[in-house]
Amino acid sequence: MSKTLRIKNLHVCVEGKPILNGVNLTINRGETHALMGPNGSGKSTLGNAIMGHPSYEVTDGTIELVEEDGTVANVLELDASERARAGLFMAFQRPMAIPGVKLADFMRHATSNVRNPERKEGEDLIPMREFRKELQEKMGHLRMDLDFARRYVNDGFSGGEMKRAEILQMAMLRPKFAILDETDSGLDVDAVKLASESIAEISADASHGGAMGVLIITHHDKLLERNTPDFTHVILGGRIVETGGVELAKELHNDGYDRIRAEYPEAAKLNSKMAEEEAVSV
Amino acid sequence: MATDTIPTPADLERPVDDVPHEINKYNFITQTKDIFKAKKGLSREVVAQISEMKSEPAWMRDFRLRSLEIFESKPMPKWGGDIAIDFEDVYYYLKPTEGQSKSWDDVPQEIKDTYDKLGIVEAEQKRLVAGVKAQFESEVVYGSLQEEVAKMGVIFTDTDTAVREHPELLREYFGKIIPPEDNKFAALNSAVWSGGSFIYVPPGVHIEFPLQAYFRINAESMGQFERTLIIVDEGASVHYVEGCTAPMYTTESLHSAVVEVIVKKNGRARYTTIQNWANNIYNLVTKRAVAYQDSLMEWVDGNLGSHLTMKYPAVYMMEPGARGEILSIAFSSTGQHQDAGAKVVHCAPNTSSRIVSKSISKNGGRSSYRGLCKVEKGATGVKSNVVCDALILDPQSRSDTYPYIEVEEQDVQIEHEASVSRIGEEQLFYLMSRGLTEAEASSMIVSGFIEPLVKELPMEYAVEMNRLIELQMEGSVG
Repeated sequence: MSKTLRIKNLHVCVEGKPILNGVNLTINRGETHALMGPNGSGKSTLGNAIMGHPSYEVTDGTIELVEEDGTVANVLELDASERARAGLFMAFQRPMAIPGVKLADFMRHATSNVRNPERKEGEDLIPMREFRKELQEKMGHLRMDLDFARRYVNDGFSGGEMKRAEILQMAMLRPKFAILDETDSGLDVDAVKLASESIAEISADASHGGAMGVLIITHHDKLLERNTPDFTHVILGGRIVETGGVELAKELHNDGYDRIRAEYPEAAKLNSKMAEEEAVSV
Repeated sequence: MATDTIPTPADLERPVDDVPHEINKYNFITQTKDIFKAKKGLSREVVAQISEMKSEPAWMRDFRLRSLEIFESKPMPKWGGDIAIDFEDVYYYLKPTEGQSKSWDDVPQEIKDTYDKLGIVEAEQKRLVAGVKAQFESEVVYGSLQEEVAKMGVIFTDTDTAVREHPELLREYFGKIIPPEDNKFAALNSAVWSGGSFIYVPPGVHIEFPLQAYFRINAESMGQFERTLIIVDEGASVHYVEGCTAPMYTTESLHSAVVEVIVKKNGRARYTTIQNWANNIYNLVTKRAVAYQDSLMEWVDGNLGSHLTMKYPAVYMMEPGARGEILSIAFSSTGQHQDAGAKVVHCAPNTSSRIVSKSISKNGGRSSYRGLCKVEKGATGVKSNVVCDALILDPQSRSDTYPYIEVEEQDVQIEHEASVSRIGEEQLFYLMSRGLTEAEASSMIVSGFIEPLVKELPMEYAVEMNRLIELQMEGSVG
C-alpha cells in the first residue's frame, strides 16, 4: 500500500518546450494539497505528467510512490493505465468525449481493472449486479439520474455533467492519490457542495486501505472551503515558489498573484512568456 | 461430396437453413459428379454449361450469353481500387471432385483463427462430421421457417430454384434493376451467376422476424457470383439479414455479387449484411434498390477483410415520398483497400435519403468513402443528409473521401458532413488514465465508433460484429 506520492525536481517539456522547471512536491495519503497559480504556470501540466500523458515528456526528475514498507516504485516507468492501477487518478478539466461508449460500460471495465490490477484482458469483469448496485448508490450521492450511466462518455455532457461524471469515476475507482484539475469550474454552488462532500467522503473512507491523498488544482477557494487544504502551493513559471497553509489559498483567492509576482520576478517573467505561448498555440 | 471447388456459388448467399434442402442437395451432388467439368476461364461454352447444369430455361441462358458479350466489351473501371484479376485464371463453374469436403486445413490460417475463436470451426466441423443428421436438423429449421412464411404467401428460396419455380416473377424483375450493361462486374455476374437468395413478399404482408441467410463456402455449396433478388410488394415489409458468422473463405480470388431490391408503394425493406472476407479476395459487388411511393429502403452494410472491396449500395427513389437510408461501415487493415460508400438517386419529388458511412483504417489499411447524391430534374422538395466519418488508427493508414453531388433542381436540401479523425491520443489517454490498457482503450473507441451500425443489427449479429472488431483490433486476424 503506497503511502506517499513523491515528486522531485520534475522537469517536463511539451513539444520540446519546457513547462515545468523543477517541481518538488510530496503528498501523503490523508493530506489535501491545493495547487494554485496564474494561467500558463504549469498546473495542468503537472497533473498530466503525474498521470502519464504521452505528450508530456519528463526530461529530468522523479515521480515515485513510496510504500508502507519503504520500498519505492518508479511511476515514470508506468504507462497511464498502470498508473491508474497503482492508485493514481486525475479528474480532468476537459475530459474527452468517447462517442458510442456508454459510461456504465466504460466504468465497469475501468473499475474491474483498477480494483484488480493483475486482471488480464478477457478475464471476467466485476459482476454486473454488484457493479450496478454500487454505481447506483454513488450516483445517488451525486444526485445523478440513473439514465446518465447509459449516455456516451462525456458526449454532449454539459460542463457540470462532465465534472460530476469525473467525481463519480473517482468515487468508483477509489484512488490512493487524486488530482482534481479545476473540478470546481463550471459547477454551480450546489454541485460544488456535492463534489466537496464526495471528495471528503472518499478521502476519509478507510475501507480501502486508508485515506486518499488529494491535489486540488484551482483558481478559486470554493472547493477548498469544505476540503480545507493542509498545504497550499503556488506555482509560477513552472516551479512551486511558495508553500503555505489554508491562509495562503485565501490570500490568493482574495488578492490575486501580485505579491507573488513581485516576490519572484524571474518566475513571473517566465510565466507570462509561457502564458503568451499557450495563448498562441490555443 | 465435392471439394476443391469452385465457385459455384450456390451457397454463398444461400440461407443456412437451405443447405439441407433435399432436392437441392441431390441435384447438386449428382450434377457435381456427373456433369461439371473443371475448367478455368470464361467462354460461351462455360456459360452455356452453367446454364445447362442448372436446367435453365432458354431465356436465362440467352441472358447469360448476352451478358458475357457485354462483359467482354466493357473496359475495367478506371476508378476505385487497383484491380488485378486475370479472368482466365478464375473458375466459373464447378468441377467434379472426389472425396470429402474441404477441410479447415485448407482454410487460410488467419480466417481459421478468427472462426476458431468465434466457435464456428467447431460448429462447422460438427455439421460436416454429422453429415446427414446435421442436415436433417437444419432441414427442420428451414422447413418450419418456410412453412411459416409460406403460409403468408412469402417466397424465400435460392435464386436457382426461383428460376425454375417462379419464372413469371423472375422474368419480370431479374436484371431489371441492375442490367448487365450497368458495369463490367454486373455483366460478369449476369453471365455466370449462381445461388443467392430470392424473396417475394406479397402485398400487405409483414414478416416480423428477419429472414436470414448464412453465407458459407464449402464443398458442395461454394459460391462467388451469387445473385439476390428481393421483391417487396405494396404495403409489405421484410428484413433480410446475411450473416457474418459463416466461414467465407475461398481459394479463388473474386467475389462479384449482384443484389436487386424492389420496394413497392408503402413497402419497407431492410437488407443487413456483415461480411468478413479472406484477405486475398476482390469483393466487387453491385447492390441497388428501387423504392416507390412512400416506401422505405434501408441498407445496413458492414465490410471487413478482402484485398479490395468496391461496394456502393444504392437506392433509387422513383416516386414521391420514397425514402432511402444507408448505413455502412468498413474496416481495413494491412494490404486492404475498402472503397465503399453509398448512392442515393432522387428521381421524384419529396423523396428523402440519409447516408451514414464510417470507416476504420489500421496497420496501413486504406479506406475510401465514395458516395453519390443525385437529384434529378423535377425532383423538388428533396432532402438528403450524408455523414461520413473516418477513423484512422495509425500514421501508416489512409482514408479518402470522394463525395459526388449532382443536383438538377433548386428546391432541395442537401447536407454533407465529413470528418476524419485519428484515434485520439487524448481519447486513449483518457481511457488509459482510468486503468484500461491501450488495447482495451482502442478497442473501446472503435466499438463506440461503429456503435451506430451495431445497434441496428439483430442481437446475435451485433455480438458477432463486436467480436470480429475485437479480433481485428487484437491484430489476431490477417
